[in-house]
Amino acid sequence: MILLVGGRLGLVFFLHMSLHMAQRFCYLSSVKTISKGDHMQGERKEVQPEYLYRQMVRARRFEEALASLWRRGLISGELHLGTGEEAIAAGFAAHLEDGDAIALDHRSTPPLVCRGLPLEPIILELIGSEKGLCSGWGGHMHLFSRDFLAASSGIVGSSAPLALGFALANKHLRQGKVAVCFFGEGAMNQGMVLESLNLARVWKLPVIFVCKDNRWAITTRSKNVTAGCLTKRARAYDMPAWKVNGLRVDDVCKTAKRAIERAREGRGPSFVLARCSRIDGHFLGDPLFRIFEEPLEQVKTITPPLIRSAIAKPGAPSGARARALFCISKAIALAGADKLKNFKDPLFISKNLILEEKRLEIEREVFEEIEKAVRTSLEVAGLKR
Amino acid sequence: MRVSFATAIEKAIEHAMAEDERIIIFGEDVHLLRNNLYARFGPERIIPAPISESAFLGAAVGVAMAGLKPIVEIMLVDFIAVAFDALLNQASKVKAFSGGKWNVPVVIRCSCGGGYGDAGQHEQCLWGLISSVPGISVVVPSNPPDAAGLMLSALNAEDPVVYLEHKLLSEYWLDYLGAGGRKNVAFDIPESGASGEIEIPPKNVAIGKASFLREGSDITFISIGVSVHRCLEASKALEREDASSCVLDLRTATPLDKESILEASRTGRVVVVDEDYLSFGLSGEIAAVLSESGYRGAFTRVGNTGVIPYARHLEDRALPSVDSIYEAAKKILGT
Repeated sequence: MILLVGGRLGLVFFLHMSLHMAQRFCYLSSVKTISKGDHMQGERKEVQPEYLYRQMVRARRFEEALASLWRRGLISGELHLGTGEEAIAAGFAAHLEDGDAIALDHRSTPPLVCRGLPLEPIILELIGSEKGLCSGWGGHMHLFSRDFLAASSGIVGSSAPLALGFALANKHLRQGKVAVCFFGEGAMNQGMVLESLNLARVWKLPVIFVCKDNRWAITTRSKNVTAGCLTKRARAYDMPAWKVNGLRVDDVCKTAKRAIERAREGRGPSFVLARCSRIDGHFLGDPLFRIFEEPLEQVKTITPPLIRSAIAKPGAPSGARARALFCISKAIALAGADKLKNFKDPLFISKNLILEEKRLEIEREVFEEIEKAVRTSLEVAGLKR
Repeated sequence: MRVSFATAIEKAIEHAMAEDERIIIFGEDVHLLRNNLYARFGPERIIPAPISESAFLGAAVGVAMAGLKPIVEIMLVDFIAVAFDALLNQASKVKAFSGGKWNVPVVIRCSCGGGYGDAGQHEQCLWGLISSVPGISVVVPSNPPDAAGLMLSALNAEDPVVYLEHKLLSEYWLDYLGAGGRKNVAFDIPESGASGEIEIPPKNVAIGKASFLREGSDITFISIGVSVHRCLEASKALEREDASSCVLDLRTATPLDKESILEASRTGRVVVVDEDYLSFGLSGEIAAVLSESGYRGAFTRVGNTGVIPYARHLEDRALPSVDSIYEAAKKILGT
C-alpha cells in the first residue's frame, strides 16, 4: 500500500532540513544535540513516503560513498555494505524515537544513517580518524553511539542478546521505549539468537527482532544450511512473526509500526522476517563477487588447481566430484545476481511511491548532502578529496 | 616445491585426506574456502555448516570421539568465543574424565592475528587464552614448511589441537579481509613466512618442539607466529650494532618447549615478543618457566596491552613491531 501524501508534508520537510542543518553544524560535538523522530513529532501516525524515500536514498548514497573511500584504500579491512537493506533500515528507523535502542550487525551504517546520526563522525571513524565517532577505535563493524543507544558488532547474532539488555533497561528506566535488533537470516542458526527469542518472550521484553533475509550466510546459500521456516521458528516462541517484503519500504514501515507500537504498549516481543537483497556481496572484495565481476582474471588463478584436484586420485567417486564442481559454479553464478536485477533493488522499487519531480529533488539534495559530508570529513582528516 | 603458506597447509591436508578416509572437514563456507579439497574429496567429506559455531564445534568433539578425524574450521579465532564450551568443558576434558580411556582427535583450524585494520573483534590471537586450558595443544606456524608439518602432526595427534593460521601469512585470508582485491593498501607481510620450500609429501613437524632460527650470544628473542619475523628483522638491526641475537620460534604455544626456552635463555637477556595479550598469557608463562628453572638474567616482553584498535596507525602502535622490539632490546642490552 502506498502511504498517503499528507498535508504535513511541508512541516516534515522543514523539520527534516533543520535536522540536516543541525547535523552539519555539530558533527564534531556530541551527537545528542540532534533531535530524533522529528518527522512524526506531535502525533505518531503515518510516515510520509517522501521521508522514507529520502532516508533510503541517504542510506544508499552513503554506502556508495563508503565504497568509494574503501576503493581508494582509505577504509581498512572488511567493509560489509548494507546496499539492498535500505528499505528495512528506513522503515524501522522511521518509528524510532529518543530513548529507543538499536542493536546492529556488521551492516550497521544504513540504520545509523536512517536513525539520524550525523554523517561526518561515521565517515571519519571509517577512515581511521581519531576525530571519528569512536575515535578511530571501532571502525565499520564496531560503531557505537551512546546518545542514540546504538551499538553494532561483527559477531554474527550478537545483536539479539544485546537488544534484550537494552529492552530490559528500557523497561526499568524508560517506560514505553523499545529496542530493535537487526541481524541476517544466517544468524538465525546461531544459538544466542534462538536463546534470545525465548528470553524476550518469557521476560516479555519490548524488543523487535528484525531478520534481514538476503539468502546468503556469508558465501553459503542459507537454504542449504537452514531447516524449516524462520517465521514458524519464531512463532514457536509464542510471539507474533510477520513476513514482509523487505524491498518495499511502505510494507516494512507498516509492519515496523505494528511491531514497535506493540512493544511500546508493553505487549512483548515480536519477530519480523524481511526478505531483502545483497547487492554488493558479503563484503567489498568478496571473492565470489570478484569472480563474477572480473571472471577472466579470477578464473585464471582458480581453475588450474581446481581442475587438478578434481581429477587427482584417490578421492571421492566422480559423481560426488561433479556435484562439488556444480555447487562451486552455482555459488559463483548466484553471487552477483542481486546486482543485476532492478526488481531486487529497494530504491528502484520505491521510485513509484512519490512523484517524479519530488523524487529527483530528493535525490539531488541527498547527493549534495552526502558529497558535502564526505568532503568535510576528508578535510577534517587532512586528506585530499 | 616453493609454495605459499596457505598452499602448504592445503598440500598437507590433501596428502593426509588421501591417506586417511576418516578425515573430514566442516565449518562455514568450507566448500568455497577449500574448493580444491571439495572438488577432490566431495561433499561427503567437506561439509559446509551454518553460522552455528557452538553446534558444529560441539559436534566435532562427538565426531572425533566416535571414530572420525574432523578438521573443524572456525573462520576467525575470535569467533571461538561463541563456541567456547566445546573447547573449555568438552574437548579438553574427555581424556582426563574417562581415565585416559577415550580421546578426542579433533583439529580446530582458525585464522588469527592482525595487521590489516579490522579491529579487535577480528584480529585477536587468543593462543594464550586457549593454551590456559589443560588438555589442548595450540600450534602457530610461522612459515610454509612448519605450516604443512604441524598440520600433519595435528592430524596424527590423539588429542585436540588448535591450529592457528596467521592472516598476514595466509594470502587468501589477507586478500579477503584486508585487501579485497585492492592494490592501494599495504601490509607488512614477512616474505620468508608467506612463502617457502616444502617437500611433497610434506615432512612432519613435531608439536611442542621450538625451532632456533638464529643463534646468538648477546640477546634472545622468544616469539611465535608473525612476531618471529619481526624479531628476525630487529636482530638484523642489532647485528649492525655488533649485538648478536638468538631467535627462538616456539611454533607451539602449548605444550611449551621448556627445554629450548632454557637453552635459548643462556644469553642472559630474554625478550619475549607476543602479538597476543600481554597480561595473563604466553609471555608471563615463559617468565614463569624461566624463573622456576632458576634463570636470573634480564627479562622483558613486548606484547599487546589492550583492545586492538581499528585505525591502522593506532593498530600499528598496539601490535609488536620491529621498532618496539628493537627498543626493548636496546633497553635490556643497556645500550
